[in-house]
Amino acid sequence: MDLDITGAKILISKPEWGGFMLTETVVVTWGVMLVLILGAWFLTRNLEVHPTKNRQIVAEMIVGAFDNLVGTNMGAKYVSTWYLPFIGALFCLSLGCSLSSLIGCYAPTSDLSTVLAWALLVFALITYNKIRSGGILGYLKSYTDPIPVMTPFNIIGEIATPVSMAFRHFGNIASGSVITALIYGGLSALSGLVLGLLPGALGETLSNIPIFAAGIPAVLSLYFDFFSSFLQAFIFCMLTMMYVSSAAGDGAQ
Amino acid sequence: METSILAKAIVCGCSALGAGVAMIGGLGPGIGEGYAVGKALESMARQPEMKGTLTTTMLMGCAVAETTGLYSLIIALILLFVNPFTGLF
Repeated sequence: MDLDITGAKILISKPEWGGFMLTETVVVTWGVMLVLILGAWFLTRNLEVHPTKNRQIVAEMIVGAFDNLVGTNMGAKYVSTWYLPFIGALFCLSLGCSLSSLIGCYAPTSDLSTVLAWALLVFALITYNKIRSGGILGYLKSYTDPIPVMTPFNIIGEIATPVSMAFRHFGNIASGSVITALIYGGLSALSGLVLGLLPGALGETLSNIPIFAAGIPAVLSLYFDFFSSFLQAFIFCMLTMMYVSSAAGDGAQ
Repeated sequence: METSILAKAIVCGCSALGAGVAMIGGLGPGIGEGYAVGKALESMARQPEMKGTLTTTMLMGCAVAETTGLYSLIIALILLFVNPFTGLF
């Protein structure tokens, strides 16, 4: 089995610049960003008050869906803040990064660095909102609720929030790509074994073509790539919205 | 530093054993999520017009409950493919 399950490939490595490394993750993220920016520019060209083109109706559908999502989960007063484009961008970026494994690229979200960065960003937002709604003393005092003995457990619970968000997203997408690689490798080896039993030169040539590896991984990638990417992007955004709105003291309506 | 074949074999074997034992943790999310889906189906049978909300909330709960199963999968993958203990001595 010629399997290669490793992390992201390092493309450029310059230790003389202080350990600068350019990995596949960053390059594919640039590609996804380019696609999203071009898509957004294309969808919002020549907007009219009463839409006549399909392009504008699609754009309005997308914005309306995120409006609904933020309004239901964070509260109506957050819809006019910058949280709406933030959640929309996070969702689209996560979805684009996870789906890029369908065209053969290395998915950036199967690298822990990407997802951990997003989770730390959300953690910074949560802490900022907690400090803004309770003051620094109130924030520090909330670690001693309900009794001061619980302080270490509260600290662990606080750290567990971004860590679990990151690992949930990373684990789902990375394990999907590992399982797909294993299935490809297994089916190729199986077809090589079975077709090698054919007599003579026919068996030798046919055993090098992984015939069994056609079709079955595509059906499985419906779950591992499509469903999993949508679900994980959605879960990440929902958890962000829930944590931020409860940190600001509002809660979902 | 020279290490014997026996030492390396023990480390590799124990890594594989550890990976297998770690995946016993896959039991938990399976049972828990099955229970959650059962409860969601009961609620859908009682109130069919809430199907959308129930499905969304059920999927969210399943994804959160899956996290500990994923932790054990990550430990197993690290032991199998990264081999952290073979380079220690």
